[in-house]
Amino acid sequence: MGKHLFLGDEAIAQAAIDAGLSGVYAYPGTPSTEITEYIQDSDMAKSRGIRSKWCVNEKTALEAALGMSYAGKRALCCMKHVGLNVAADCFMNAAMSGVNGGLIIVTADDPSMHSSQNEQDNRVLGNFAMIPMLEPSNQQEAYDMVYGGFEMSERLGYPVLLRITTRMAHSRAGVETRPVKPQRPVSFPADGKQRFILLPVNARRRFRALLKAQETFALESETSPYNTYFDAPNREVGIITCGIGFNYIAENYPDGPEHPTLKICQYPLPRKQIEQLAATCREILVLEEGYPVVEELLRGIAGGDRSLTVHGRLDGTLPRDGELTPDIVGKTLGKDVGACYDVPGVVAQRPPCLCAGCGHRDLYSALNEVAGEYEGARVFSDIGCYTLGALPPFQAIDSCIDMGASITMAKGAADAGVFPAVSVIGDSTFTHSGMTGLLDCVNEQTPVTIIISDNETTAMTGGQDSAGTGRLEAICLGIGVEPEHLHVMTPLKKNYEEMKRIIRREIEYRGVSVLIPRRECIQSLKRKHTAKK
Amino acid sequence: MKTDIILSGVGGQGILSIAAVIGEAALKEGLYMKQAEVHGMSQRGGDVQSGLRLSDRPVASDLIPKGQADLIISLEPMESLRYLPYLKQEGWVVTGSQPYLNIPDYPDMEEIKAELGRLPHSVALDAEQIATEAGSVRAANIVILGAATPFIGIEYAKIEEGIRSIFRRKGEDVVQLNLRALRAGLDAAGRITVNH
Repeated sequence: MGKHLFLGDEAIAQAAIDAGLSGVYAYPGTPSTEITEYIQDSDMAKSRGIRSKWCVNEKTALEAALGMSYAGKRALCCMKHVGLNVAADCFMNAAMSGVNGGLIIVTADDPSMHSSQNEQDNRVLGNFAMIPMLEPSNQQEAYDMVYGGFEMSERLGYPVLLRITTRMAHSRAGVETRPVKPQRPVSFPADGKQRFILLPVNARRRFRALLKAQETFALESETSPYNTYFDAPNREVGIITCGIGFNYIAENYPDGPEHPTLKICQYPLPRKQIEQLAATCREILVLEEGYPVVEELLRGIAGGDRSLTVHGRLDGTLPRDGELTPDIVGKTLGKDVGACYDVPGVVAQRPPCLCAGCGHRDLYSALNEVAGEYEGARVFSDIGCYTLGALPPFQAIDSCIDMGASITMAKGAADAGVFPAVSVIGDSTFTHSGMTGLLDCVNEQTPVTIIISDNETTAMTGGQDSAGTGRLEAICLGIGVEPEHLHVMTPLKKNYEEMKRIIRREIEYRGVSVLIPRRECIQSLKRKHTAKK
Repeated sequence: MKTDIILSGVGGQGILSIAAVIGEAALKEGLYMKQAEVHGMSQRGGDVQSGLRLSDRPVASDLIPKGQADLIISLEPMESLRYLPYLKQEGWVVTGSQPYLNIPDYPDMEEIKAELGRLPHSVALDAEQIATEAGSVRAANIVILGAATPFIGIEYAKIEEGIRSIFRRKGEDVVQLNLRALRAGLDAAGRITVNH
C-alpha cells in the first residue's frame, strides 16, 4: 500500500497483482506491453508465483487466460487493439461461456496511430461481444477498476473488457494502492459442461443468458461509481465524456464543469443518466477517444429525438479521426487557446529509422540489389522494426498489413502470377501468425521466397522474448520446408555477395524457400552490455 | 505552483531519465504530476517528446495544451524548436547544442541558432563536452537538466535527491557522476545566461 508513480499500464499491473492475480497472458504490443513487463519484473509477482511469460500471440494468450479462469483463478489478458482481432474468436465465445475465476481483458487502443496500422475503437468489439466494459479516465481509476474488476467479473459471471488508450497507458501519475488479496484456489464451474461446451444446444441457451444479462450489466453501469453526473448552471449544452475525454473538460474548467456533464467510464451506456442529460439540455456534445460510438447511438437514424442536437465527430465539431487533445476540446468549448510560436520552417522531419548496425539493414541492402534485377519483384512485409524498410534509404517493401500477412500475401500474389514474390517477416511475427501461412505455401509448393529476418527478439516493442528463438529451422522443417531450400545466413556487409547469391538462387527455385538472416538485435546487445556493467 | 515541461530529443538520448528524476523530486515535494511518454515505433531514432506537468493542485490532462509550457528541455537543438507551439510567450528553452545527425537534410546550425536567438529566453550548451569534463558523456542529459533547474519550480536540493534515488541502484559512482553533471550544467547555464 502507499502512493506510487505509475504509468497507466503499471497501475493496471499492480492492481491485478494486489487483487489476487494468478496469471497474466499477453503478446507484446504498443501501448499495452508495459503491463506484462511490470508483472514479469515484480518481486511480489514472483514471490506469489504469478504466471507471466509472453505468449505466442493474442489468441493463445486469451485462450490460456480463459483456461485459468475456468480453473477458478483470476487471470489477466493484455493486448494492443489490433491484437483483439487476433483473439476475437475466443473473445466472442468467452462471452458465451462466461467465466469462473475473474477474467479481465485489457485492450490498449492507439488513436492517432502513434505505433499502429489502424485506430480501431475496441469499444465496438466490446459491444459486439455484449460484455461489460470499463474505460478509466485516470491512472487511479485504472488501478481501482482492475482491483475491483476481477470481483465484478466473478459476480456477473462474464469477462470484463478494460479499454485504455495511448495517453492512459503511457502517462505516469501518482496512484494509491490497496491491500493485497490472496489468490483463489482451483475450483471448477458448477455448470461447466453446460456453459463451456458451446454445442449449438448449449450455445443457444448461453446466448439467451447473455441477452438476459444485458439488463444486469446496464443496471451495473447506472449505479457504477465510475459513471458520474455533474450538474452545472449552463444548460444550453450538455457534455458526455468517455474515458480520458473527461480530463480535457477538467483542464478547460479547472473549477468544475460549467455545463451539465456526464462522465462515462463503464459500459453498457448508463441509459438513465443519458436520459437525464437529454431532458436537461437540448444540445449534447460528445467527447470520446476513438470512434463516435456514443454519438452514433444518441443520433440514431429514424425515430430518434429530433429536438435533440448531437455534436461530436460526426457533425464536424471535432475531427473525425485522431485522439482528443486539450487544444481540440478547448477550441470546441470556445476557449481562447493556441500557440504563441509556430514550428520554425528550418525544422526537418525526423522519422524513425532502423538503428545503425541493425541486421535488417544488411538484409535490405542485399535484397534490394537482387530484387532490382527482376522487373516484377514484389516484397511483402510485415509488422515489426523491419517495416521501417519502407522508408528511405531502403524503400524495400511493398506491403505491411497485419501480423503474418507477408507470407500469405506473397502466396496470393504468387498464385496470381507475380514473380518473384518475396516475403520479409520477423522471427516473433513468424511464430505469432506466420507458421500457418507457411504450411499453406508448403502444401501447394507455391513459388515464394520467405525471409525470416531473425534478430532473436521482439524488437519493436522493446526486446521481449521471441517464442521461436533457437528453433526456427526446426519449425520450418517440421512444417515441410525442404532442407536444401532452407538457408541460415549472417547479415553483415562482408557476406553480401554470398547473401545475394543465395537469395538469387532461391528466387529462381519455383517452390517454397525459407532464408533466415540471423543476427542479434543491436538494442538487445546494448542492453545486455549495460546490464553486465 | 504549476510547471508544464516539454522534454524533447531523439529516441535513445535519455529524456525519460530526466523525467524520472524530476518526477521523483516532485513526488517527494508532495506535488501532483502527470507525465506522458512516447513508446514504441517512434523510439527508433525518431523525434521523441514527453510532457511533464507538475502542480500543487490535481493535474487533469495528460497532455500539455499548446502555448502552456513554461519550459522546453531538449537534448538536441533542432528538436527544441519542434515543440515551440507548446511554449508560453515568456517560456524558457534549455537545449543541448550538439546536433544529432541521423537524417540527410539536417538544417544549417546557424539557422537553428538564429531561431533560438529569436526567443526571449533560451540557453544552448554543449552538454556532451560538459558531461565529459564531469566524468562521462553519458551524463549529458543530466547536464541539460542541471541547466534547467532554475525554471522547474522545485528546489535544487530536491532535484539532487531525485538523482540519488533514481540512480541509487546503479551504484554510488553513477550517483556522484550525475550529481557533478547536474551542478556543471547549472554553472554553465549561469555563465551563458549572464552573457546573454
